Amino acid sequence: MNAREDILGRIAARLNRSPENAARARERIREWIDARRAGPRPEVGDDLAANFVRRACALSSTVETVGRLDEVPPAVARYLAGIAVAPAAVCTPQVAELAWAGAGVRVEARAARDEDLVGITGCFCAIADTGTLMLCSSRASPAAVSLLPETHVAIVPVSHIVPFMEEAWALVRRELGALPRAVNFVSGPSRTGDIEQTIVLGAHGPYRVHIVLVREV
Amino acid sequence: MDFKARAQASLADAGLQSKLASIKGKFVDMRAAAVRELPNFEAMREAGSGVRDAVLGDLDVWLEEFERNATARGATVLWARDGAEICRHVIEIARRHGVTKATKSKSMLSEEADLNAALTAAGIQPVETDLGEYILQINDNEAPSHIIAPVMHKTKDEVSDLFARVHQRPRKTEITEMAREAREMLRAHFVSAQMGISGGNFLIAETGSAALVTNEGNGRMVTTLPRVHVVITGIEKVIPTLEDLCLLLRLLTRSATGQTISNYVSVLTGARAAGELDGPEHTYFILVDNGRAGLVGTDFALMLRCIRCGACMNHCPVYQAVGGHAYGWVYPGPMGSVLTPLFVGIEKALDLPYANTLCNQCGVVCPVKIPLPELLRKLREREVERRLRPLAERLALKLWAWVAARPALYAAGTKLAVRYLRWLARGRTTIPVLAAVPAWTEGRDFPAPEGRTFRELYAEGRS
Repeated sequence: MNAREDILGRIAARLNRSPENAARARERIREWIDARRAGPRPEVGDDLAANFVRRACALSSTVETVGRLDEVPPAVARYLAGIAVAPAAVCTPQVAELAWAGAGVRVEARAARDEDLVGITGCFCAIADTGTLMLCSSRASPAAVSLLPETHVAIVPVSHIVPFMEEAWALVRRELGALPRAVNFVSGPSRTGDIEQTIVLGAHGPYRVHIVLVREV
Repeated sequence: MDFKARAQASLADAGLQSKLASIKGKFVDMRAAAVRELPNFEAMREAGSGVRDAVLGDLDVWLEEFERNATARGATVLWARDGAEICRHVIEIARRHGVTKATKSKSMLSEEADLNAALTAAGIQPVETDLGEYILQINDNEAPSHIIAPVMHKTKDEVSDLFARVHQRPRKTEITEMAREAREMLRAHFVSAQMGISGGNFLIAETGSAALVTNEGNGRMVTTLPRVHVVITGIEKVIPTLEDLCLLLRLLTRSATGQTISNYVSVLTGARAAGELDGPEHTYFILVDNGRAGLVGTDFALMLRCIRCGACMNHCPVYQAVGGHAYGWVYPGPMGSVLTPLFVGIEKALDLPYANTLCNQCGVVCPVKIPLPELLRKLREREVERRLRPLAERLALKLWAWVAARPALYAAGTKLAVRYLRWLARGRTTIPVLAAVPAWTEGRDFPAPEGRTFRELYAEGRS
């Protein structure tokens, strides 16, 4: 007997499956999936942007707010100058159209490489409850741009902030239909506490996550 | 697996004892602070255990649902009855895709299967990338001592020495420098490995996805850069929907480290889509039984709710005293003391159901409300039923049962015993040494009786 039949058969035997109760079980799981019941949640308050910023900063992201999209490239240039990093970045094709050259930032829209020091991405949405970015992989948004470089800059329109992860999934279903290959929730720079349970920032992913919030898009 | 001998060695290890002292201050306090923030944490625990029970009650059908949806997205779903079958699958996949190096994000199943040894023997280099697991691997494949903090038994100085010796670089003394050095060493592996192997914190049935939770980002590296991604998980890890994932993540990260969310949560579905610039071209799931199917529908099915947060061990007074290595297999602490006998055979882990105080700290903090003390007590019952307890203990209980079934003899016996103990106490309130059971009084005193038995006092009160 192959492993699949063997394992499923033993579970079925344990659960006293008959054709009738197997059919009822299939109905039960269909109902469960269709109901999409959300469990209890924390409090998030009315001001989603304020909550997002507070939570993101608590997880060691840095946040700057600008009024319009065209203010983003100069803000990123200032940020990179402030941390003494050269204004050269890999970016997702999604954000390549901004006027980077005008602000003196050299960007290349492509998949990330090991030697890239700065990665600039947009985001699918952001979550107020935990200060989290939700990145959906696609041709316009390769996953490693937010992962390989030491500095990750994310552009987040205030209108894209949702209260909880549940709303983020609802948005995916509405706008994308199916899940993309990779959904990555990013909550601050990578970290490790493995040595003496002392948290240090910068494990395998970025050392810095800088979020540029845009009020009007 | 001699828990007693290992525990004794751990208790005598002064270095280990000072490290264990930090668990209380770190994990326990951080969890408490995170839980305090939520007035409805109890409601979450209740809902979380409800989700897990709903899945386990129809596990076969949920697994088929997962398999159908994962396959529809282009992933290959494989099944493994035991560790040997896991290794066989992984090696076959590696050969098919010409893999010579595999980067690994933490997978407890691969520890159950001893996968690294099998890969090495097959000429495939496994590279552990979780910082803790990496430290263990370069230290002659040492065993982890905690499921989420694998090197909690090591000091920073020990890691400094190890890195200097293995990396052949100047010795670092700051943890930030050591983390950077490990990052640099591992980055070369991340970009050159052809295969990534990860565990899965959850499998989502409705979408056929794996959810992966990490802080370091190694989970993302392993599942993004190599051409092939293999997910190895237990069959019990399946959950129904993305909404259920939200709930269980809230419970998992708060219970594990006190975080509101882990740094990275990745939900991975299928393989690289047409036109995508990165991501694996081939995705495999290996769904593993290794003792789990046999627990479905039994008293021990409750243990399959476990989401591997580690809170039970962090809060266990016995784990806090002896650390993880004393438990002898992959899973330590209360959850390990239940799982190990069930997975490897009760007769091979006789001490583990007794390696606790039944104080229920583990049960109180468990995010999915597993009644761990009750399960430990049931395992003790199994040992008695299967006559696996030591002969002296069995004879002593038989004798006691024989006496207790004869009221007159019992009354006379207890009367005599109480007077003997009172004489032994010589006016003190406790007896420091009982010659018949010297080991029992080695670490505690026996309380001295008042002088008369309960039966005597009861008879007097009634007259």
